[in-house]
Amino acid sequence: MSTVLLIADHDGKNLNTGIARSVACARQLGTVHVAVFHAPDEDAACAAAAKLDGVSRVLSISDPANEGPLAAVLAPQVAALAREHEGGYDYVLAPSTTFGKDLLPRVAALLGVPQVSDLMEIIDARTFKRPIYAGNVITTVKVPEGIPVLATVRIASFSAVDAGGDAPIVSASTSAELPTHTRYIGLSAAGGGDRPDLQSATRVVAGGRGVGSKENFEIIYRLADKLGAAVGASRAAVDAGYVPNDMQVGQTGKIIAPDLYIAVGISGAIQHMTGIKDVGCIVAINKDGDAPIFEAADFGLVGDLFQLLPALEKALDGS
Amino acid sequence: MKILVGIKRVIDYNVRVQVNREGTGVVKDGVKMSINPFDEIALEEALRMKERGAATEVVVVSIGPEAAQQQLRTALAMGADRALLLTSDEEIQPLTAARALLAVVKEEDPGLVLLGKQAIDDDANQVGQMLAALWDRPQATFVSALEFDDGSAKATREVDAGLETIEVDLPAVITVDLRLNEPRFVKMPDIMKAKRKPLDIRPFAELGVELPPQLETGRYEPPPRRQGGVKVDSVEALVAALKDKGLLS
Repeated sequence: MSTVLLIADHDGKNLNTGIARSVACARQLGTVHVAVFHAPDEDAACAAAAKLDGVSRVLSISDPANEGPLAAVLAPQVAALAREHEGGYDYVLAPSTTFGKDLLPRVAALLGVPQVSDLMEIIDARTFKRPIYAGNVITTVKVPEGIPVLATVRIASFSAVDAGGDAPIVSASTSAELPTHTRYIGLSAAGGGDRPDLQSATRVVAGGRGVGSKENFEIIYRLADKLGAAVGASRAAVDAGYVPNDMQVGQTGKIIAPDLYIAVGISGAIQHMTGIKDVGCIVAINKDGDAPIFEAADFGLVGDLFQLLPALEKALDGS
Repeated sequence: MKILVGIKRVIDYNVRVQVNREGTGVVKDGVKMSINPFDEIALEEALRMKERGAATEVVVVSIGPEAAQQQLRTALAMGADRALLLTSDEEIQPLTAARALLAVVKEEDPGLVLLGKQAIDDDANQVGQMLAALWDRPQATFVSALEFDDGSAKATREVDAGLETIEVDLPAVITVDLRLNEPRFVKMPDIMKAKRKPLDIRPFAELGVELPPQLETGRYEPPPRRQGGVKVDSVEALVAALKDKGLLS
């Protein structure tokens, strides 16, 4: 049986929701060990990882240097773990979040092996599908025999495992030497207030250039709050300065997969559609009946968003 | 400080990319090629650093077919001082590219390497991180703001949770995101001037780079088409349809 090392993305308190999705991918490939690199007093993510169905062991790697997710500090530790495990890990996976994308290529280079980015489908133990050209083309790649498989997992392509497990948490350490040339300063979270997180929300309402201004975006927030939804935006709306960048949905923004996505005043550029390819149900509201988003939307409503959104709010009140 | 900027020749971002009939690749014949947009932002940043006296020389390097001279000439017209093309007709995968760039870094000894966060063709997002690892130097990826201080840089990174700031000692590898700057337009006189700037062309094979294991690429296919649905004619019809699907209670 193959063994899989999955690197946890967490913020010192919570496990990134992409990990439960990555476990779904990992457990199809072998026995899953989740490695949580953390500062000594920040081990809460270990307990969360231990609960995920399909995880057979959680490796808790505690070091003051692991406060703040720095690829330069983590990569030598991951590479050492991958090598030092009995017989070596067959797979090293990370979610295709900015954390995983930053870290895993550095590990791959240290191990001298290629990496599969954005693994979206498993064909067999070494053959995978991944998107290229902003999702306009899907290609199949095969990792040669005799080397570990390194891959970032496109989390929107896998459904999260349940949290009914109870894996042992084991302390681990590595022989890696840690550099001091890279230092973590801090994180400033922008955007959403106390609304649900864009990447884990089951409902998302997003606005585009058609919303027209920063002030007008209030109408999007109102509908989102009524639905308990997260708020997203197209790149056009971000570039126009209506909302901060971390709300951007699309190839250069966030790739999301809620059950319900309501796109308001969004025309549906390819860039944007890449970000919502795996959404359960897309609703498009746009005054241009020929907008490309209607080709992909499950339900389209043509008309002025400034009339339709208040009407929609009212209809939801009545229901 | 010398800055090395990586440039990749890719299908222009305005082109609607299509898989060829055999499913062995994408159609490139007669298709407009450009500098990878993220690399153009990296180059712009290097040029601005030179203009404000923070850098002394900007060297652009590309790995690709002979035709990539065209993109390097554009880079020279934008203001780069000189260019290097490592020619290869084979597809160069990220780890191989990183090893080749390391060889160039060893020759050039730059104080900073600037790259796009990813190429818009293979979307791998690997080369910068791999180069930094092989070089044993810091990396800052997805960078949207940069500030330099004596011997180090403060980089603001666009991460999923917001904006993260890290500090890296130089030399370092920095990969840039969309919002770092807006690249300049190239003016006609600069295109003429660029023709006289040095462009060194060397076969990739002569670099003596050890080739790592490669991913075998197989089939190319268009993504499954999402079935378009229906247009509803009123808010009430929409709410009813969503309730019907169990998406609203």
